[in-house]
Amino acid sequence: MNENAKTNEKGAIRKALENFGLPRLIITGFLVLLLILAPFVGADLPTQISNIIARFSWNGVLVLAMVPMVHSGCGLNFGLPLGIISGLLGATLSIEFGFTGGLSFFMAILIATPFALILGSLYGWLLNKIKGGEMMIATYVGFSSVSFMCMMWLVLPYKSPNMVWGLAGKGLRTTISLEGYYNQVLANFLKIEIGNLTIPVGTILFFALLALLMWAFLHTKTGTAMTAVGSNPVFASAAGINVDRIRLLSVVMSTWLAAIGILVYEQGFGFVQLYMAPFYMALPAVSAILIGGASVNKATIMNVIIGTILFQGIVTMTPTVMNNMIHMDMSEVIRIIASNGMILYALTRKTEGSR
Amino acid sequence: MNTKKKMNAGEFIRRGSVPMMFILICALCIPIAGLSPTYLANEIVTRMGRNAFLILSLLIPIMAGMGLNFGMTLGAMAGEIGLILASDWQIVGIPGMVLAMIISVPISVLLGLFCGKILNMARGREMITSYIISYFINGVYQLVVLYLMGSIIPIRHSSIKLPRGYGIRNTVSLLNMRQKLDNLIPLTIGGVKIPVMTFIIIALMCLVIIWFRRTKLGQDMRAVGQDMEVARDAGINVERTRILSIIISTVLAGIGMVIYLQNMGNIATYSSHSQIGMFCIAALLVGGASVDKASIGNVFLGVILFHTMFIVAPRAGAYITGDSMIGEYFRVFVSYAVITVALIMYETNKRRARREAGQELVKEQEKEA
Amino acid sequence: MNEAKTPLLEMRNISKDFFGNQVLADIDLTVGEGEVIGLVGENGAGKSTLMRILFGANMIAETGGYGGDVLINGKKVEFSSPFDAIAAGIGMVHQEFSLIPGFTTTENILLNREPTKKSVISEVFSERMNTLNRTEMSERAKAAIEMMGVRIDPNMVISDMPVGHKQFTEIARELSKDQLKLLILDEPTAVLTEKEAEALLDSIRAMSARGIAVIFITHRLQEILSVCNRVVVMRDGYVVQSVDAADTDVAQITKWMVGREVSQTPEANDKKDLSGGKPILKIEKLWVDMPGETVRNVSLEVMEGEILGIGGLAGQGKLGIPNGVMGLYPAGGSVVFDGEPIPLNNPRRCLDSSFAFVSEDRRGVGLLLDESLEWNIAFPAMQIQNRFLKNYLGGLIKWRDEKAIREVTEKYIEELAIKCTSSKQKARALSGGNQQKVCLAKAFALAPRLLFVSEPTRGIDVGAKALVLQALKRFNRENGVTIVMVSSELEELRMSCDRIAIVSGGKVAGILPASASVEELGGLMLSQVI
Repeated sequence: MNENAKTNEKGAIRKALENFGLPRLIITGFLVLLLILAPFVGADLPTQISNIIARFSWNGVLVLAMVPMVHSGCGLNFGLPLGIISGLLGATLSIEFGFTGGLSFFMAILIATPFALILGSLYGWLLNKIKGGEMMIATYVGFSSVSFMCMMWLVLPYKSPNMVWGLAGKGLRTTISLEGYYNQVLANFLKIEIGNLTIPVGTILFFALLALLMWAFLHTKTGTAMTAVGSNPVFASAAGINVDRIRLLSVVMSTWLAAIGILVYEQGFGFVQLYMAPFYMALPAVSAILIGGASVNKATIMNVIIGTILFQGIVTMTPTVMNNMIHMDMSEVIRIIASNGMILYALTRKTEGSR
Repeated sequence: MNTKKKMNAGEFIRRGSVPMMFILICALCIPIAGLSPTYLANEIVTRMGRNAFLILSLLIPIMAGMGLNFGMTLGAMAGEIGLILASDWQIVGIPGMVLAMIISVPISVLLGLFCGKILNMARGREMITSYIISYFINGVYQLVVLYLMGSIIPIRHSSIKLPRGYGIRNTVSLLNMRQKLDNLIPLTIGGVKIPVMTFIIIALMCLVIIWFRRTKLGQDMRAVGQDMEVARDAGINVERTRILSIIISTVLAGIGMVIYLQNMGNIATYSSHSQIGMFCIAALLVGGASVDKASIGNVFLGVILFHTMFIVAPRAGAYITGDSMIGEYFRVFVSYAVITVALIMYETNKRRARREAGQELVKEQEKEA
Repeated sequence: MNEAKTPLLEMRNISKDFFGNQVLADIDLTVGEGEVIGLVGENGAGKSTLMRILFGANMIAETGGYGGDVLINGKKVEFSSPFDAIAAGIGMVHQEFSLIPGFTTTENILLNREPTKKSVISEVFSERMNTLNRTEMSERAKAAIEMMGVRIDPNMVISDMPVGHKQFTEIARELSKDQLKLLILDEPTAVLTEKEAEALLDSIRAMSARGIAVIFITHRLQEILSVCNRVVVMRDGYVVQSVDAADTDVAQITKWMVGREVSQTPEANDKKDLSGGKPILKIEKLWVDMPGETVRNVSLEVMEGEILGIGGLAGQGKLGIPNGVMGLYPAGGSVVFDGEPIPLNNPRRCLDSSFAFVSEDRRGVGLLLDESLEWNIAFPAMQIQNRFLKNYLGGLIKWRDEKAIREVTEKYIEELAIKCTSSKQKARALSGGNQQKVCLAKAFALAPRLLFVSEPTRGIDVGAKALVLQALKRFNRENGVTIVMVSSELEELRMSCDRIAIVSGGKVAGILPASASVEELGGLMLSQVI
């Protein structure tokens, strides 16, 4: 049964298009259209591009956090909020302990790490128990942990006056300003400003460093094993790989990256957002990597970079361009439809490698 | 024979553990909350009338093996659109409700068809897909309600339109429909107001579901739910059957949403539907249902337990910690946790079933040795 | 009985090929009303394909249809789907159960053919809104069960049933179809206990008495002789014999089944002299829980440097042996390699002890379909033996050595003549034969001391077959690697192996030198069939 061997050139082109996918094509086309339209509707292109770059730098690490779990076949990490919570614990504790400036960022990462490792291990252990149903359960593990932490933010004995409600003297505020702490610590490092164009070189370098590490990891022996586990777990286990251990490792990595990712996001955004804020953070990251060309079981660093730029490009460009053009701010709706449509598209694709 | 019985006992404990836990939570919280029994009874009866129909809509997809239908939100949106239009046309009272239901049905059918088709393409991960569909359609819903209504779809009354001239306000009042169904046959027993008509409709719905299970279509759905390939070999049109189950569920959810909102008395245009799926699913699971098995009994037990928890948790939380928000968060947490646990149990049971088959041989070998 | 009467079923000159690979030729088969035909043959003889043609299976049409005519009651028919065949009165009970686990016997017997009651609602909507007529359902189910002559509980849920009752439920389902004239039973007794099998034979006789013809496929020849009117023996896609059951015996049928027309006797000088060799692998009391290939109690010794063949019919457990030893399926017993005990259920330890395994499930276990050939070939060696890696920071970082990987891949592409565009091509894009060569390369790259090869030539074309077998032989003779080769094809084993162990009923039925006659080997294959 030789079903291959009949590919001609035309078929190859069509196949390449098919692989790229209609939704991805539409989204890319849409962004290009927005960029072309922007000057005509009076939006300042350098400002717009600065915005896109800035938002790319905030979100890149969060999207990067998707990569390990996709590689190990655990699917898209809808449980990203778990890692985000580790990051938030790091952030709040770092402030509580009185660290300021750049040190507070470093300490936040340091404190968040053990939380991410412990929560990630538990999460990974759970996902190994329920192979095949990862994505749904990941979603709800994320939700449960966020709502659990909602109670904890109220109860935990935080004291720092910058963080707790002024009136009651206890319970953390919903948003905590990072002024004086690590607001823009990465962004201001080697920042380039040319007219209206701003490039937060430090943040991009930080992302590049993590992306490079991830790329390097995937080239090591263990990284190769991780990809193989995702590609065909039976093959991997027949080759003597401990599939569960590799999967656990991928979940821990993903969780840790999510923790770092939220800290990077906060340093750019300037605020720590608590309570229900981490709730919907998984979906944008998931759709970003999918828009970048990843599928449920294949993802590369390039997918992360392209996807984040495309996704954030649409998020930042649509409000301005749309507003100026038709005086209707439909950006939110477009974002919802585009990002969830992308996820739907990916979920309905047949993933042949995984059985 | 003996082992069989023991296993059933184990099964019973597994199934019963979630309701038992909730009975415990409620038993602990009720005295702490210090609510009067009449108030509590009133609240529970009201919420039962409000939610039961919506939860009933979840039963049919479970029967067809499609898991928890997170896409019921789609029906809820259809119901809201029906109500928005009905109230714009100033059809009040019961006729308004009926009209809203009638408008919602074709929308629900279309959305259900879309959802069912997509789910057939995403076999094996129906739940996560239906969950994402609910977000996706929510975007479309916002597009329609926030931008098209008033600009393309004519909306006459400024009371429900946003001041900018198009789009629907955040809240649409249903004052002239408020509890019209509940109060159609007024009855109060011991200070507890009973929404008789709503209960009658719910009871009728239960009968319909019982009847439906006995139909050919119901039987086909059970067959498809248990083994798609076998059902296909026997000549059952699997795809169509699955789509039908989602359509029926969506239509029922749309009707259920109208009943729900007439009791609330207003529509939170952009948020009423978003949480409804989650709460309904949580309630059903609290009632002892699982991803692949649910009964009418689960629905009612679930409504009572879940909503008792819902009512007493904030008060109890406030009493203990002095902060009312704790209880609010607690009940949200519990809803999510219940769903999480149910999903985990479902997946581990699936794996256990597979493992048990393998154990047989081991036993056989040990006997020989 | 009227001699001139047209037979119930006539298959004339049936032929079938899969993309040029002839699997059936010149098949003529006639079945009269109420006749019981025993259809026997080795795996791959073409029995299943023939029955698929008769039953209108979709895969036949998808692979280009068949040649010849099928006539029912003298009229030519062309089934485009099993449903057509069912409508024409043909029923088939497959080896795999087609039952809904949570339904009762009754519900399964009448699955999708439930008698219903009309109501107002169904008039408005559709027939599917009819309610089920439970009383009539149980009556009809009971009638079907009675027809079978075996007592099973009509209200028992399938998942609670012993496996034999599931089989009877399937048969009852076919019997409940009023139009049923011909019933095909594909190895129905394989899962039955002796008593149940006896009951089944009785029910076949009962059906025959009612005028229902039965085509009975089994490897238990005794059953055939006791119940069938006629025995049809198939071999290599031909019907080689068709005789009255009364005129033959087990030994004769066995001979027909396995005998080759052109018997290639392996050259004697090609075989190794094992008299002075020592056993390198000792397997004792091995059991393996591999679905469909259960190993019950296997004890086996493999000599150093030999090629040991393991043969046997499908489902008898030969595939379970390598899969169990390599830890892919739950197993028990003891395995000792070169004096060292090997723990079971641990693939890693097997690989560390320099075993390698080429799985029969090429696409499922053997390959990373979506990765490059380089990855496929180098992966196990990299993971287990730390080869193709560059060490940095004193071995802390083990970096993939792409150059070394490409070199080894290219070496094997050349050595095994793997047809591909480059070493970076995805394994999915290769043909079956080339995929198999990649699997071999993967195992060779491990430089094992003991190599298990499972069904090395399954589903690949003739040219590739020869190459694969040659490569194995060369690997054995030149590198002194001990090979255990599991295959359904006796001829292939006789040509390549030094000794052949035959597995039957999950046990080793006997070990013979490869020069043994096919009749001897065939007799062993059928000896303990369950």
